[in-house]
Amino acid sequence: MAFSQDLRRVRAIIWKDLTTERRSKAGFNAVAFLGILILLLFGFALGPDAEALRNAAAGALWLAILFAGVLAFNRAYQLELDGGALEPLLLYPAPRWTIFAGKFAANLLFVLLVEVVIVPVAIVLFQVQSLAGWAPAAGVMVLGSIGFVALGTFYASMASRSRAREVLLPLLLFPMLVPVLLASAEASSALLAGNPMRDAGAWIKLLVAFDVIFVVASFLAFDHVIEV
Amino acid sequence: MSHALPLDEVSAPAGTAGARWLDWFGVLAILALIGAQLLGVLTSPPERDMGHLQKILYVHVPSAWNAFVAFFVVAIASLLYLWKGDERHDLLAASAAECGTLFTALTIVLGSIWGRATWGVWWTWDPRLTSTAVLLLTFVGYLALRSFVEDADRRAQWSAAVGLLGALNVPIVYMSVRWWRTLHQMQSSPSTVDPEYVIGLRTNGIAVLLVLIYFIVKRYRAARMERLAEHLVERAALEGRDRA
Repeated sequence: MAFSQDLRRVRAIIWKDLTTERRSKAGFNAVAFLGILILLLFGFALGPDAEALRNAAAGALWLAILFAGVLAFNRAYQLELDGGALEPLLLYPAPRWTIFAGKFAANLLFVLLVEVVIVPVAIVLFQVQSLAGWAPAAGVMVLGSIGFVALGTFYASMASRSRAREVLLPLLLFPMLVPVLLASAEASSALLAGNPMRDAGAWIKLLVAFDVIFVVASFLAFDHVIEV
Repeated sequence: MSHALPLDEVSAPAGTAGARWLDWFGVLAILALIGAQLLGVLTSPPERDMGHLQKILYVHVPSAWNAFVAFFVVAIASLLYLWKGDERHDLLAASAAECGTLFTALTIVLGSIWGRATWGVWWTWDPRLTSTAVLLLTFVGYLALRSFVEDADRRAQWSAAVGLLGALNVPIVYMSVRWWRTLHQMQSSPSTVDPEYVIGLRTNGIAVLLVLIYFIVKRYRAARMERLAEHLVERAALEGRDRA
């Protein structure tokens, strides 16, 4: 009974965050276009040799997602902080994890929607030809995003409430993302090279393990961090 | 802050009195380090392939060991802070993090010089090198967080969480880079140390550990005095004494 109420609270936070985003769309447009811009810049820096571009495609795509996506996390708290709405949210008689779960799910949907825009752009710009199945590729995108968003949502809960938040978030977040980035980029790279489930399978398993560890760790640590 | 603080309370508050033993301990630690370095450098024969370059072992490896000791202290102190909420654990974690960052930076710089001289490259994407670099950056972030947050409770709570997650991340980075390298068929060979070098290495390890303890305690006491002074100012302000 209590758990179903918690789930309703989570849904309410997701709904609230996505509604504010949908009404302005400013955040989504900015992040999606920044992602495309970063892909273009990678193309200029690494191209124009088609072979070199194809080899770099997976890494460039993930870096574009990381650099653009990191801007979204502070925003998720910033709107509430500007309106003085974070304290009232904390005052509701509900477990803290529901706030993290709501923010995490809303951010995850946001990042996945950004990926829907920039992945096709990456495929076109980096002249990817063989893709070993859509389903595993989409799976890797989702799994990589889960680890990225869990840590991003957690660190932004601190960075957004400190001075110099724009610098602090990537400084705290990116070192933590090394395992997730490594596994996501390697799995995507294996899939783009067209050898499904040889290297990719091992990396996807690792990615699942990293996701479990970092999601659990973020959930546990969020309780301590949001109180103060 | 022009008003007079009760300076006798600030200069020797509870738990910080008796700095003499610490000064003597510092002298002892430095002497031990000099002695251990002399022992290591003078007694070890030149190595077959590296010659006297091998001597860098006596600063590089002890720095690395003790950097890990320092970060272990950070993790334990952070955990204790989250559990008990005692400010002293937070200050200990901060002191150990600063010293650990220093020794990690030293490890990387010395290792890089050594690598250039023996392997011919400043850097290789080896699991140990890479995870040490990530460790350094993680705790640079930790120290940045501490300096960007003013409220003491908030800083303590947040940095404890960040310190713990950072410590958790290090073995994961190490393993993931290892898998990354093995999938690329380029596992680095495990380095074994000849018995002739072991004594010098161990003594230097202990000597650097003494230096580390000295640094952490010294830093901790400074941090504690700072905090106690802040508490006094707060209390004075609450009692309206600063108007007088």
